[in-house]
Amino acid sequence: MQVGDLSTLLVWAAATAFLIALVAYTVDLARLADNAQRLDVPEEAKAEARVEALAGAGVRGGTATLSRGPDSAIAGATVDAAPGRSPRAEGIARSTTYLGIVLLFAAIVLRGVAAGRWPTANMYEFTLVGVFVATTVLAVVQRRRVIAFLGVVVMGIAVTALVVAIESFFVRADAVRPALQNYWLVLHVGVAIIATGIFTVAFAAAVLQVMRYGRETDRTHLGHRWSRADGLRQAFSGLAVTGPRFRWLEQVPDSRRLEALSFRLNAIAFVLWTLTLIGGAVWAEDAWGRYWNWDPKEVGTFIGWVVYAAYLHARTTRGWSGRKAAYFVFAGYACVIANFTVVNLAIKGLHSYAF
Amino acid sequence: MATYRPEGLEDTFATSAAAPGADGSSDAPAAPPRLPRLGPTGWARWAWRQLTSMRVALLLLMLLAVAAVPGTIFPQRAQDVSEVAQYIDDHPSTGPWLDRFGFFDVYSSVWFSAIYLMLFISLVGCILPRTRAHLGALRGRPPRTPRRLTRFPAQARAEVAGTPQDVARRAASAMRRGPRWAPFVRSYRVDVHDEGGGAWSAAGERGYLRETGNLVFHLALVGLLVSVAAGQMLHYRGQAIVVQGRGMANSVKEYDTFEKGTAFSEDSLEPFTLRLDDFTARFDDETLEPRDFAAYVTVTDPDGTPSAETIKVNHPLERDGAKIYLQGNGYAPELTVRDAAGEVAFSGAVPFLPQDEVYTSRGVVKVPDVSGDQAQVGLVGYLLPTAVEITDGLYQSVDPQPDAPLLVLSVWSGNLGLDTGVPQNVYQLDESRMEQAVDADGKAVTIYLRPGESVELPDGLGSVSFDSLTRYVALDLRHDPALTWVLVFALAAFAGLAASLFAPRRRLWVRAVPGTRPGSTVVSAAGLARGDDVGLQPELDRVLADALTTFDPVTVEHTTAPGTTTVRTTTADTRVPPTTSADQTQPDTPDAPRDGRDHAGR
Repeated sequence: MQVGDLSTLLVWAAATAFLIALVAYTVDLARLADNAQRLDVPEEAKAEARVEALAGAGVRGGTATLSRGPDSAIAGATVDAAPGRSPRAEGIARSTTYLGIVLLFAAIVLRGVAAGRWPTANMYEFTLVGVFVATTVLAVVQRRRVIAFLGVVVMGIAVTALVVAIESFFVRADAVRPALQNYWLVLHVGVAIIATGIFTVAFAAAVLQVMRYGRETDRTHLGHRWSRADGLRQAFSGLAVTGPRFRWLEQVPDSRRLEALSFRLNAIAFVLWTLTLIGGAVWAEDAWGRYWNWDPKEVGTFIGWVVYAAYLHARTTRGWSGRKAAYFVFAGYACVIANFTVVNLAIKGLHSYAF
Repeated sequence: MATYRPEGLEDTFATSAAAPGADGSSDAPAAPPRLPRLGPTGWARWAWRQLTSMRVALLLLMLLAVAAVPGTIFPQRAQDVSEVAQYIDDHPSTGPWLDRFGFFDVYSSVWFSAIYLMLFISLVGCILPRTRAHLGALRGRPPRTPRRLTRFPAQARAEVAGTPQDVARRAASAMRRGPRWAPFVRSYRVDVHDEGGGAWSAAGERGYLRETGNLVFHLALVGLLVSVAAGQMLHYRGQAIVVQGRGMANSVKEYDTFEKGTAFSEDSLEPFTLRLDDFTARFDDETLEPRDFAAYVTVTDPDGTPSAETIKVNHPLERDGAKIYLQGNGYAPELTVRDAAGEVAFSGAVPFLPQDEVYTSRGVVKVPDVSGDQAQVGLVGYLLPTAVEITDGLYQSVDPQPDAPLLVLSVWSGNLGLDTGVPQNVYQLDESRMEQAVDADGKAVTIYLRPGESVELPDGLGSVSFDSLTRYVALDLRHDPALTWVLVFALAAFAGLAASLFAPRRRLWVRAVPGTRPGSTVVSAAGLARGDDVGLQPELDRVLADALTTFDPVTVEHTTAPGTTTVRTTTADTRVPPTTSADQTQPDTPDAPRDGRDHAGR
């Protein structure tokens, strides 16, 4: 067996480990949600369900205020005492995450050995290293306390990305063309990957933040009528974050803390993204004779940068901080992912050889 | 102290100075706005205030992001003119309209420029007053200790045996000392106040670097824009094809294409000459992917000193501030065409443009200088570096290296149209006034030529010989005097950004008031940070612990945000020896209260 094949095998192994971690996180989350529901005072839950049923049946004009116990108001204070977490599932999730990270790291190293160069030259390798960074950041964020939802989101993305990488992006481990023969391949691409990985975890935190905020403030878009598409709303009304199904949200850190976590990660990733832009410009100056070409990839990176810059501004703008700022994170992360997938695969440009 | 805040900026420091803890004024029922009558200056001021507001900056940023998208969807003239022409041809109804609205020159279009110029005006209008305010703040003193400390996000209280003045002084020096890992970095600017009635307080502020970084970042962006614009005006770029064994001089007319900025002067071209001695290309044996290109050149400076240099992809050659890039390469067959009279009508190397990975190259030979009244000759066709016959008379190149070169040409005669005054593409034959040579069956004549061979042209047009195969390189020469500035401002922006995001900006206050018990002092401390700051409470705890190590403790307690748990440690015996009491007042030790707070608070 050749070194390159061994690397591919290890990637499969890592994907399997992450899949187990994903299942374990999901079990943990399900257990959490389940117990949170069961622990409910029955009357209250029933009352809630009744009010929702009424709202669903088409009570118009009135906004039904759902009653809830005082526990939702004390944000994050009851967390560790919260019952219903599954220590076994968390243990499995944590250990398979670590195992997957180690396997993936070995796969990346072997890939570099097989190709005889730094392994960040094409979409396949980019995805491997990106997943490695995202899962490592996840492990660091969760080192003291498991937040099952973060694990589900990040592991879901990680497993999907690894499988897509092996199935669609795979190329034989090989040397690179002259335009890529530069130490900037390590710096520019490496930093871009690290930034992408951190953005991923920050995105997951932002999603959780918005859901948690909806729960805290008892606000949901599914709460009041959608003029035309109200049937659609009723179909989804069970998914409202204020509903009993999302009681587990009360056991994750409060939205302020999640916002802080998301911001800290985004701030680091944004600085690295800036470095990606600058490094890319320096490299382009050497390789193509222009530091800025308005190449689709450059524009995509620039758009992502601008959106995250807007996010940083939104955070400090009155009326835009908190939940609304998180929407910028969604937009920014969408740009980052589109820049990696759509721009690479569908649009012709100077970066086209990168996959 | 001068203060300036752009409209809509949420700032803990500014709001809390007046009413600590109150999260802006948005929660309070707002009084109905009184609308003063606005004159022209009033309107102008209002417009300026709007333009420089955070909300408009946010809007412009998002607009900029959206406006940049079409440039990745539609082909751009700056990158590929022919692709744009192709697109307009393919979309006869929408194409011209898109063109009219600048969708093929997005990044130089009016609307895109308008957005980023507005953004920069907004930025300058916001940053300059802020810079002025910050310069004032840099010389200022920390704000006086607020009367009530209980509303701040980080808090700590203690009661010790000692005088308030001593405690305040100790606290001040603990703040000045900086973190444990860098005790010589003076992190806080501290004032000690005698508040009367025996009460003393220390007020400290740190993190001016945060705002400095923020301002440096934004100002560097302006510098970046200016230097890019300056580069656009002063730059020049020339492209030339140099055949192996030949050379070129660095002057405008020697380039095949030459573009320059509006402020370019021809004197900035250093008159050196360059000669291509050799060119090597290496490809992967299996995938035929390129692995290495190297152009070996001799550059002769204006004073006549020659020097041997190598130009590679990623390794441009620098000459007097100009960079010479290796942008392309290909084959240039050396051909000799003789006319019907046997005179040499053409002799030289003709660059053929590679079309694919195996260097199947397309080229045109134009022979206008034929003797007598003979028709002009044009040869069009392909060069195959390693030709393999697939079926009868059909050849294909299988390798980019010249292992078995073959020229496949068709022959045209008539008027090349070179004297019509319309500029022509060297790589295309204008066939409008020419006729293709055909054989007796009416089929087009195809000539196959290998190096060293010579064949007769049909219709008695003469003969052509393929003397040898040489290589050529496509060189880009570029000079941009603003390059250094672009890099400097980019790095300044980066450094400023990092500082503005990671340098903590904090204010700490420690107040010491005489306690009820004789000889005891009640210490209350509070901290405020700009933005979210997890390190605030630990720092407050550290400062307090450092300040109180020498005093005998009575109680120590600390709180994070209001609404979370308070941990209280009480030592019953106030006469504990100082060594052990130090441990109990230091919340940073692993088993001390801080750990408990961490768990309870999360």
